[in-house]
Amino acid sequence: MLIPLLSHVQTKWRTLVLLAVSAPAALSCTTAQNVPFISGGAGFVTSTNGGNTTYIPVIAPELVASLGRHVLVESRATILDSFFPRGQSGYDHDAFLGLTYLQADVIASRHLTLVGGEFLTPFGTYNERLTPIWISNIEAAPLIFSIGTMGTASSLGGMVRGSAWSNNNVNIDYTAYFSGASTNQQFNAERSAGGRGSIYFPRAGLEAGFSVARLLQNTHENYAGTHLWWHPDGSSYRIRSEFAHAPHAYGYWVEADYRLARFGGEQSALGRLEPVFRMQQTFRSAPDSEDGLPSADTQQADFALDYNLPHEIRILSSYSRRFSSTGDRNIWQTGIVYRFLIPTWRGK
Amino acid sequence: MSRKIALFYAAFWLAILVPLLAQTSTASKPSKAAEHRSSHANATDTDRGERVFQQNCSRCHNAPQDFPSQISGTILRHMRVRASLSAADEKALLRFMNP
Repeated sequence: MLIPLLSHVQTKWRTLVLLAVSAPAALSCTTAQNVPFISGGAGFVTSTNGGNTTYIPVIAPELVASLGRHVLVESRATILDSFFPRGQSGYDHDAFLGLTYLQADVIASRHLTLVGGEFLTPFGTYNERLTPIWISNIEAAPLIFSIGTMGTASSLGGMVRGSAWSNNNVNIDYTAYFSGASTNQQFNAERSAGGRGSIYFPRAGLEAGFSVARLLQNTHENYAGTHLWWHPDGSSYRIRSEFAHAPHAYGYWVEADYRLARFGGEQSALGRLEPVFRMQQTFRSAPDSEDGLPSADTQQADFALDYNLPHEIRILSSYSRRFSSTGDRNIWQTGIVYRFLIPTWRGK
Repeated sequence: MSRKIALFYAAFWLAILVPLLAQTSTASKPSKAAEHRSSHANATDTDRGERVFQQNCSRCHNAPQDFPSQISGTILRHMRVRASLSAADEKALLRFMNP
């Protein structure tokens, strides 16, 4: 099954390989600190939903290369094979190999960065910041994840972003984008436009922001969202939350995590433990079978316990209880993820 | 139904109260460090870089336990785009990562 899939994406991957091979030559004039690197995560996760267990080995490599002083090229891919129950006995599997994003960033000035290519849709915070498997505390994305991310979570076009104004007490940043429509398997995107603005108070560790987006094809729809994050200075816990509204549904999630670093430091046996709680609710205001949200009002409580082993290995485990008029269910998830970070060459 | 609601709200208050309790119990150490820093009128770039690191990078992810110095510039450029760091913060962070 993987072989036909590979032939579809051969051209795109050839581009990536060429980029990786040619980057060292292009970078011969850069300083020793600007060596390109390959980062990412490799893991094995399981998900038991309503009694059915799916096993997923996954690897998500990320290539980041500086081209001169002002240009950065970055790309992430996801390669996984999903093994799921087939009827009464046995397992079937489904392979997936795809680009998550492939973008070029031009740092034009202190306040402006131009982005072109395929990039993560900047709506809310989860898509851009928390989707990497080596970052997320709970494997499953929030229920409202599809609101504002246009179903593909990636956009194809251009984006401007940067820090509009900042000092020691406050940082105001902005993002605005336009995406064309594409049905290409690797660069799938909807025609849309949107943006995000946020204000961050570093001393308080408090960030608040809002996002807007408009789908510009088929039925034109507007999406809006807000986010609020709190990470007190000097503390090892974080609260993150988002609210998002779409024409047919809306909802929110609140996630708190606290690494038990005060018990002997982050490297102690207990200090490596990281309990996580997430609350989320979605409300259905009109039927829509394609918006990716539950078909009825849903409440979900997620309890996770993560363990940060040495050598960049994380063990993730979570239990979720979902309440809905379509049926309550338990969701169990476990996983082990290794994060790698490798320079492409030694440098000078 | 009552059990469902109880579980739901228990989770909610756990999510809110556990961090708040943790905040009050760990607040003393950071505040002493902050006082120490503020007592030095001319804080070095390394101090600022450390603060920028704590305030920006660790909001989303744990820091890599170790990484080669030759990629620090590339990491910072990546972070500048992702976290919308200012140019000054980027420089301070670079000095912190390469003292």
